[in-house]
Amino acid sequence: MTKILLVLSAILLAFLTPAWGTEPVVIGAYLSMTGNVAAYGQMGWDGISIARKMEPEVLGRPVEVKLADTKSDKVESANAVSRLIEKEKVVAIIGEMISGNTLAGADHAERRKIPMVTPTATNPLVTQSRKYVFRVCFIDTDQGRIAAKLALDQLKAKTAAVILDMSQDYSVALASFFKREFTKGGGKVVSDTKFKTGDRDFTPQLSSIKEAKPDVIYAPIYYTECALLAKQARDMGLNAPILAGDGVQAPELIELGGEAVEGIYFTTHFHRDMVEGERGKKWLELFAKEVGKEPDAFTAMGADAYFIVVDAIKRAGSCDPQKIRDTLVATKEFQGVSGTITMKPNGDPVKAMVVNKVKDGKFAYVTTIMP
Amino acid sequence: MCSARKFYYECVFKYVREFGGTLPRGSLHFHAFQNESYRVKTAYLHAVLGPGNVDYGFVLQQIVFGLTLGCLYGLLAIGYTMVYGVLRLINFAHGDLLMASAYIAFFGIIIFQIPWPLAFLLSVALTAAIGILIDRGAYKPIRNSPRISALITAIGISFLLENLGLVAIGGRPKTFPTPSLFEGSQTIAGVQIPNLSIWVFLVTCVLLAGVMLIVRRTKVGMAMRALSRDMETVRLMGIDIDRVISFTFALGSGLAAAGGILWCMKYPAVEPFMGVIPGLKAFVAAVIGGIGSVSGAALGGLILGLGEIVIVAVWPDWSGYRDATAFSMLIIILLTRPTGIMGEDLPN
Repeated sequence: MTKILLVLSAILLAFLTPAWGTEPVVIGAYLSMTGNVAAYGQMGWDGISIARKMEPEVLGRPVEVKLADTKSDKVESANAVSRLIEKEKVVAIIGEMISGNTLAGADHAERRKIPMVTPTATNPLVTQSRKYVFRVCFIDTDQGRIAAKLALDQLKAKTAAVILDMSQDYSVALASFFKREFTKGGGKVVSDTKFKTGDRDFTPQLSSIKEAKPDVIYAPIYYTECALLAKQARDMGLNAPILAGDGVQAPELIELGGEAVEGIYFTTHFHRDMVEGERGKKWLELFAKEVGKEPDAFTAMGADAYFIVVDAIKRAGSCDPQKIRDTLVATKEFQGVSGTITMKPNGDPVKAMVVNKVKDGKFAYVTTIMP
Repeated sequence: MCSARKFYYECVFKYVREFGGTLPRGSLHFHAFQNESYRVKTAYLHAVLGPGNVDYGFVLQQIVFGLTLGCLYGLLAIGYTMVYGVLRLINFAHGDLLMASAYIAFFGIIIFQIPWPLAFLLSVALTAAIGILIDRGAYKPIRNSPRISALITAIGISFLLENLGLVAIGGRPKTFPTPSLFEGSQTIAGVQIPNLSIWVFLVTCVLLAGVMLIVRRTKVGMAMRALSRDMETVRLMGIDIDRVISFTFALGSGLAAAGGILWCMKYPAVEPFMGVIPGLKAFVAAVIGGIGSVSGAALGGLILGLGEIVIVAVWPDWSGYRDATAFSMLIIILLTRPTGIMGEDLPN
């Protein structure tokens, strides 16, 4: 009897003894590793992994990033966020890459008071009236304004045709901001057509755009649809320049589009030629060594989200989500990979915009536009 | 004279009046008119169909695109309709066979460096084999169960194929390598006809003729037709129904594979869920044309493809409702003539 008691108490003690010091800091990441925008999630994850290699520890504890796949779907995004908060007990969340999914997941994080940093969700609604959701990128009101300016000043366009993805919050909002700014600047929107995510056939929409003879086509959509749209447009002899948003910066755009996507201008967050800070340069080196692919907006912004969260934990000196949130909102002049980030009280940063172009089968840097 | 000829002459007169011509009645020859220029023909159509803001060359262009899409839907719909005819089962996994054939062709060309005609044939053969496998593995054991079990199993197989593709190959779209034979286009009378559209049309006609030949003139085809009437009696006649059903699946899947390869050449993004929407639309096409009838499936496909494209092109403000038009057609057919256009009339 005593022997059994001894054994039992030994086992009990073993369970009660706390693990000293090596308990990891758990951050969650909900990204679309599969589905229509799988490229973004995978690129974001690449960026985060390399960033983690660069800064694997904070406050003496290793950082662990738990990944949840949202399958490019809004419902899955909400589920992923709940899973990360309830099951994995994360102290902060990175994600999602697209506005629609971030809007779906942000509510839950807000309710449970876990800070969330989205790398590339640009829709203004994501941080509006939310205290726990932040982003490290610009917002679509600015993107639409700059795109309209580009169309009017650089491309000297007087008429524009807008084609948008009506099932994506990003596309719908950005298109409306562009239309507003373009008409304010004296341009005329001569065609306004829509399609649904996953549509592969744009010939009827393109035919009506061709009839309208626009000077520029504004397509604030994602890479697969943009590549196929460009291909079908060029095949039917529609040669108007195409202007797009940050949603098209994925290698698939060039793979699927081939020659048809040459000359597409787009506003985005990053190009390796504009990297200036220490952290950025080191990250670029490590990225080239470990991954070997070209780093672009989604990888760099994923890395920035990771860096900024880890920095906030460091400054807060604790892993309490509330303290992390308070230091996040006070971020000033943070040197990220994609530039300097100063967080405004509403969760949006003051950030420069980059204009890229597809040239010779690669993304070429054109210019940076200061906020 | 008969009313059609009268109508024709009325139209010609409207056209003549429109252009201030002075051709007297009876002096106009049909062949002479055929040789008239495209501009004149457009004017004729304009006179016949009434004035409007639509350029009829534009509509003809859309008809070309619509026919291509319609043929693709038709190829897929034939598979649905044959399986339904024989087994009374809606094989929801059919759209995913399109995806499977696309991936097989893609890997054949890119990874195994097989010349493309061989890769395409291999893809058709392997997809037919997958179709037979699905039948033997999933549908045969529940052949005597209530039909709802078969339906649920079909949906399950669909998810299985999609997620298998997702896990094995990954979610990012791959570019399908289109051989140069299928690229480029011809311009006839101001209408641009992509070479691929010509090929799609030819392949569809040949395959449709082939299927109708098999169904009407061969023993297996007769067995298929008999099976769709009464399975028990066919068993009693000593026909091995397993072989006939496998053959049906193979034929349907082979057609889906052909459709899949052509689809990928038109829309080169290959991804695990690419078969979902075409599969759904093909099902709608099969229902519109009369599920159980092969020619009905082809007709339904054409109606659906044409409708989708022409409606969005002529009314671009409705471009957001594109899929809604397809499914509205389904609802209308189910309400007015549920057996479809070429289906049998239901006894009242």
